[in-house]
This record gives sequence, structure tokens and C-alpha cells, in this order.
Amino acid sequence: MINKRLRMVLTVVVALVVVVALWEGYKWMGQQTDDHWPGTNFGLPTATNDIIMPHAADILGELTVDIRDGRNTLPMYVFLLKKAWFTFQEAAIGFTLGLAIGMGLAVLMARWKVAEKGLLPWINVSQTIPLIALAPLVVTWGRQQNMPDLLSISLISTYLTFFPVAVSGLRGLQSPDADHVELMRSYAASWRTTLFKLRLPASRPYLFPALKIAGTLSIVGAIVGEISIGTKTGLGRAILEYAQRYAVAPERLYASVIGAAFLGLTVFGLINLTERWVMRRTREVI
Amino acid sequence: MSSEHAVSVTEVGKVFNEGSVDEVAALSGIDLNIEPGEFVSLIGPSGCGKSTLLRLIGDLLEPSAGAVSVFGKSAHQARMDQNYGMVFQHAGLFDWRKVAANIELPLELRDWSKADRAARSKEMLDLVKLPDFGNHYPRQLSGGMQQRVSIARALSFKPKLLLMDEPFGALDEMTREHMQIELLRIWEETGTTVVFVTHSIPEAAFLSNRVVVLSPRPGRVHSIIEVNLGQRTEDTRENPEFFSTATKIREALRAVEAAQ
Repeated sequence: MINKRLRMVLTVVVALVVVVALWEGYKWMGQQTDDHWPGTNFGLPTATNDIIMPHAADILGELTVDIRDGRNTLPMYVFLLKKAWFTFQEAAIGFTLGLAIGMGLAVLMARWKVAEKGLLPWINVSQTIPLIALAPLVVTWGRQQNMPDLLSISLISTYLTFFPVAVSGLRGLQSPDADHVELMRSYAASWRTTLFKLRLPASRPYLFPALKIAGTLSIVGAIVGEISIGTKTGLGRAILEYAQRYAVAPERLYASVIGAAFLGLTVFGLINLTERWVMRRTREVI
Repeated sequence: MSSEHAVSVTEVGKVFNEGSVDEVAALSGIDLNIEPGEFVSLIGPSGCGKSTLLRLIGDLLEPSAGAVSVFGKSAHQARMDQNYGMVFQHAGLFDWRKVAANIELPLELRDWSKADRAARSKEMLDLVKLPDFGNHYPRQLSGGMQQRVSIARALSFKPKLLLMDEPFGALDEMTREHMQIELLRIWEETGTTVVFVTHSIPEAAFLSNRVVVLSPRPGRVHSIIEVNLGQRTEDTRENPEFFSTATKIREALRAVEAAQ
């Protein structure tokens, strides 16, 4: 057990070292060859100067630099954590709503073939609408209804999360063998009983991978929502602000992107833990 | 009248996809009575509708013609009253439930108390000789053991009728013969009526009081063979009477094929 954990920590550390080494190696190479592939006239895909690619140490160092947040002065990583907490709340509401709506649709489609035929194409079409186009609409509607912006952002996040849940949920609910369904029928079990005793438990191995995707999408949705709404706080706001001041302090944008990635990983981890806990009885988690 | 029979099938026909281009006449003009406590096997070439007939008795399918009654009630009422247990070719246990919880599933659906359920699943595990496996998960069990759990589940609420659809079809020969002996022991202990679908001639001969031979497309009753082997033991398999019964079934099946 301890060995396993140690190995996991080592894997993460090694992966980080490899990423930093690749970043710095590429940068060093570009500096030697004036941004060309060695020995050729072909340009590198990205320039390697300190504006485009700040040193990894500078980006990581930026995380501990004191910055001003309103009247307070605090280290960058605390600042980012505060923003991330705000974004996390929006994403959590969005995720929960998306889970409820997605599962609701999945159950509806599993119950009635007509619902599946009528709804599934629209559910697919819904994801072809660019989020950037949709976000301002949602905000405008929300403000007309006197809805707090936080909820509008959550709804944008819901829009991304309900999709994988609905599609995989449906597959999961339809996954039981004909034998299992006939068995429940032989017990004169109602559709509702069959749902709770058979279909929902059977859907779990299909649902959790979808929830992991939905979890990270909920963060993406919340950040995009923040950026297009122009909220005063949240990671999206930080990213937008630092993007505008990129020419002056590129490390800050990179630092806030690391913050977003960290938040996404945290959510992914939380769902992973939930899966382990829920599936502990079947031990299907590898 | 019909209340004397455990199962009564009268003039039953079944057509799938009626009226469409892929219409299939699966069964036609089936008459069959099964007495309480009897062990009856349905055998026939593949596509003869033996599984379909079993599902009609269990009201998992509705007949296109004729009527099926179970213990004097309509098949539908019998299903609603949960008068029968069903065993499939693949054990069909729920992976996420422990063995005991699988056996208790039908009892749970009948709102039995937890203590009663636990007592019954223990009794059933003893019956199928798996007393120490209640806390295991199905995947930790061999195919034969899983099928025993499936039988325990089907019998947990002590139905008077057991419907079995090629339950030993996926097992190896030795396990299969062992399971046959076990099934006969359970049948004698519980006094349940059994309708057993199989495509194995020795299996039908070894287990049954009567063997119903079906002919295909549409399925009809070709002949019914009485079996008089008395008390079965492993030695029965080497008994001349067993061979002559198997021969009778084989000849009936050959006649069915020749008529095609």
C-alpha cells in the first residue's frame, strides 16, 4: 500500500520534471539556433524568448510573489486559490445541475423509445453550438430575470456537463442483459423497481468515466462563462486580466493557467475518490 | 378442471413480428399439461421454439393464439403472484451484490424483513451446498457455483414451479452431470414442478419424468416420451433403461429432422 502510494508520488514528480526539462530544453535549443530546427532553415512552431516562453522557474516563482488584490497584499498562489474556490463553487452548482438534468434525460430516454428518438438528436445538436456564442445569451436572459451572475455562469457550465452524463447514462441504463431484464419481469417488478434495483446500479461503470469528463468540463464552462460575462472575480477573470497584461508579465498568465489546471485536476480527483467509494463493493475500479 | 394441472397449455401459437415481412411462426397448436411435482423437459432442434414455449408459460411473452394457465390461473396472474422461479443459461447474477444479496433479491422485492431474508438465504445456501459463500461476490465463484446461486435465488421464495432455460448449457460435462444430481436432489427436497429446456439428449433422459420433443418452424409437439428410471444415481447413467430412453429421444429427434 505504502509502496503503491510512493510510486504514485514518484510518477507525478518524474512527470513534472520531464515537462519542465522539455520546456527548458526546447527554449534553450531555440535560443541557440535563433528559433530554427538545428541545422535547418525551418522555423520552430513557437518563439522561445522570455515573453512567449518564460523560464519554468520564473512561472513557478511567480506563484509566491506578493500581488495586490483590492486593498490586500497576498502571495499569488493564495490569490489564485481564492479565485479558484469561487470558480469551483460555480462549477459545482453547474455540475450538480448537469448531473440531474443528464440523468433525468437518460432515464426518460431509457423509459420511452419515443423520447430517445425525439431527444437524442437534439442533445447531440446542442453541443455543436459554440459556448462563446451561447454564454452572452445566457447572461442576458439571466440578468433580465434578476438572476445572480454566479447562477448564469453555473448554467453555462451545466450546458457542457449534462451532455456526457445523458449519453453515457443512457448507455448504462440500457446495459443490462436481456436475462436480467427478464428476471425482473419474472418477479413482476415495476419499471421503477427495475430502474433502482437493476438499471441504475448497472449504469455505474458507464457513468463514472462520463462524470470525470463532465467534472473537468464544468470547470471549463465556468471559466469561459466568467470570461464572457466579465465577472469581478474567479479564475476566468484572473486569466482575462493577465492575458491583457501579457506583454508586461507573461509569467502571471502562465501561473493562472496552472491554477486552472490544478482546479481541473482536483475535481477529477474528487470524482475518482467518489468512484472508488461507490464501487468499493464490486471492486471494479482498477 | 385446469386447477389440477401445474401448467396447462391449450392450442397455443406464437407468431413474432406478426403482419410484417420478417414474420416468424415460432409455435403452433401446442397442447401440453404438466402435473404438480412433475419434471418435464422440452427438447428439439434449435429454432423449434422450446425457449419461446418456456417464456409463454412464464408470461415473459404473450401467445398469439390459445391460452396458458399456471396453477389454474392465467399465466399473467401467476407471474403477478410470483408463482414461479426462473433460471437462465447464464446465471445472471448481479455483480454488485454479494451472493446472499443476490439470493435475497426476490425477497427484497416482496418486502421481507432483513432478518427473514438473511435466514432464508442461509437456508438456500445450505440447500445448494454453498454454505460459506454468502459474503462472496459472484465473480469470485466458478460457473457451476454461480448457477447454483441462480437456482437458490429462483427457489428462495419457494415457488411451486421452476422454469429453467438450458441452465447447464454453459458448463463443462463433469460439472454438468454433478449439477444434474444436485438439481434432482433439490427437486425431491422441495417438491417443485420443473419445466426444463435443454438440447442434450442424455440430460433430458436423466432428469425427466416426461420428455416433450418439439419439431421446428413452426414448433409443434412431435411426441412425448415417458421416462421410468426410478431413483437416479450416478449409476443410472450406465443403466440399459437409460440408454433405451436416450435412444427413444434420439429417434424422435431424427424423425423430426427427416420430416423437415
